[in-house]
Amino acid sequence: MGLLSKKDTRLILDPLADDNPITIQVLGICSALAITAQLKPSIVMAVSVIFVLGLGNVVISLMRNIIPSKIRIIVQLIVVATLVIIVDQVLKAFAYELSKELSVFIGLIITNCIIMGRFEAFALGNGPWKSFLDGVGNALGYGVILIIVGFFRELLGSGTLFGFKVLGDSVEKTGLYAIGYENNGFMVLPPMALIVVGIIIWVQRSRNSALIEEN
Amino acid sequence: MGLKQNLHTLKMKYKGTKMAPAFNAFHTFLYLPNETTHNGTHIKAADDLKRTMNMVIMSLVPCLLFGIFNAGYQYNLQTEEVTSALSFFSTEFWNFSNFTIGAWKVLPLVVVSYGVGLIVEFIFAVIKGHEVEEGYLVTGMLVPLIVPVDIPLWMLSIAVIFGVVIGKEVFGGTGMNILNPALTIRAFLFFAYPTWMSGDKVWVTGAVDTVGQPDAISGETILGSLAQNNGFGDWSMMDQFLGFIPGSVGETSKLLIIVGALILILSKIGSWRIILSTLAGALCMGLIFNGVVNAGWVTESSKFFGLMSVDFWQHLFIGSILFGAVYMATDPVTASQTNKGKWIYGFLIGFISIMIRVFNPAYPEGVFLAILLMNVFAPTIDHYVLEGNIKKRAKRLKLKTA
Repeated sequence: MGLLSKKDTRLILDPLADDNPITIQVLGICSALAITAQLKPSIVMAVSVIFVLGLGNVVISLMRNIIPSKIRIIVQLIVVATLVIIVDQVLKAFAYELSKELSVFIGLIITNCIIMGRFEAFALGNGPWKSFLDGVGNALGYGVILIIVGFFRELLGSGTLFGFKVLGDSVEKTGLYAIGYENNGFMVLPPMALIVVGIIIWVQRSRNSALIEEN
Repeated sequence: MGLKQNLHTLKMKYKGTKMAPAFNAFHTFLYLPNETTHNGTHIKAADDLKRTMNMVIMSLVPCLLFGIFNAGYQYNLQTEEVTSALSFFSTEFWNFSNFTIGAWKVLPLVVVSYGVGLIVEFIFAVIKGHEVEEGYLVTGMLVPLIVPVDIPLWMLSIAVIFGVVIGKEVFGGTGMNILNPALTIRAFLFFAYPTWMSGDKVWVTGAVDTVGQPDAISGETILGSLAQNNGFGDWSMMDQFLGFIPGSVGETSKLLIIVGALILILSKIGSWRIILSTLAGALCMGLIFNGVVNAGWVTESSKFFGLMSVDFWQHLFIGSILFGAVYMATDPVTASQTNKGKWIYGFLIGFISIMIRVFNPAYPEGVFLAILLMNVFAPTIDHYVLEGNIKKRAKRLKLKTA
């Protein structure tokens, strides 16, 4: 047996597609709408959540037998808050511009339902290694959607990727802009993020009809 | 063997193939299909969905024709090729030069709107294997009438794809949509490409290209000039009523919209309750603003003064409130279904339209936003109207039995 058993691989791979936290469980939508106008903050957010959820799951899993169940939510909150503060401070120290751009949304990772959801549903009942894989898997599933949405929103809304003008310069009318193309201002607005997420959900469910819920 | 029989033979031949829905759409567009039901009640009404749609389209044709002439007229007026038209039948308006310039600009909009929209409809029909739905017939006609004349065609195509797919098909197609597809298309354009949908450069053809030149064309609408406290500009009351003013392609002529409204009301396709209550709501909001101005709460220094001080009844003649009330608010799918609900629904549309018109700093018109908003609330209104009625009758029953 290698590092990952078959079950372990499923823990990582399932949340990427068929059990995706955003498109299937429909959790963590708020941040997916708020910070995906550009690709860079989307990726930073994804990495932050991978860190918080992966580590948080391990910590909760290690403490799972000593947390009194009546105050477990408070304990979980303290764990998330600690990790989020670490992320926040690191960003402020090494990527100040980016942390300003993400503003409150790093802090709001605490309220991301995916994190509390995984603590409650998985880490409280499983060992640290499995919990770690589950946390990373779910955060990856979350991050993948964030990056897809961020990619389309930045490309169509601003004509850039990571700030590079891939479609030409919209002011000086080069590249695509020379033939009359214009950025789609709607893409930059949060409602369009919801529609993009909706389209991803639509595509996913029409490819795999097992995912469609019964009425 | 006539055309009808030929079509029927062809239909039998293609029955069950993938392309059958596409073919059937053309067939029933032209003729009543010669299939009969075999059991149950046999009621045959001439006003099926396609006839209803055709009726609406016919009521829109005068607006479209007028829009074509008006697009050219506004251009020629600015370049001083023609002088102001004084009466409705003036040759300054109905002349060949106006027509060619206008047709060159407006007909592509119609072709793109129908072409792209119907392609999307046909693709969905073939994928889903159902019949092509008629819904796009009216939407396709409305879209070119509610956009500025200079909108680039590729933007229109993207908006039409968005409107038909996200506004309609994802909800299950014609009859299932929550939002009016034509207005969804306009909203998409408005938020995606605001520079092409608002401001003072898009409402007269050529205005964008001549910015900054000595012979620059001004594309300002009356609403735009009012929003900047500049009054009505050079436009007289008669110009506004007859429609010799800049604006979206088909919404300028109030006279022809009223004609269209009469066609819709007399053929019982449009709901007179909605039209009337929308206008009442608009007048009501206008009166409130007039009251505010008269009470001296808002003075000329306020940026809202220009629009607030417009006489309440004049709000009906500027902007697109009349067009919205007649052709958009009455859409039977997205409007309220109950009679009482229609009054509430229409009234709020008018009320909110004028409110947005006055208070929106970026864009002095709010009819499409107000209608989309009330589209969302229409089912809620219906729900409470129904609940209220059930309660009333339950009470009556109790009184009788007691």
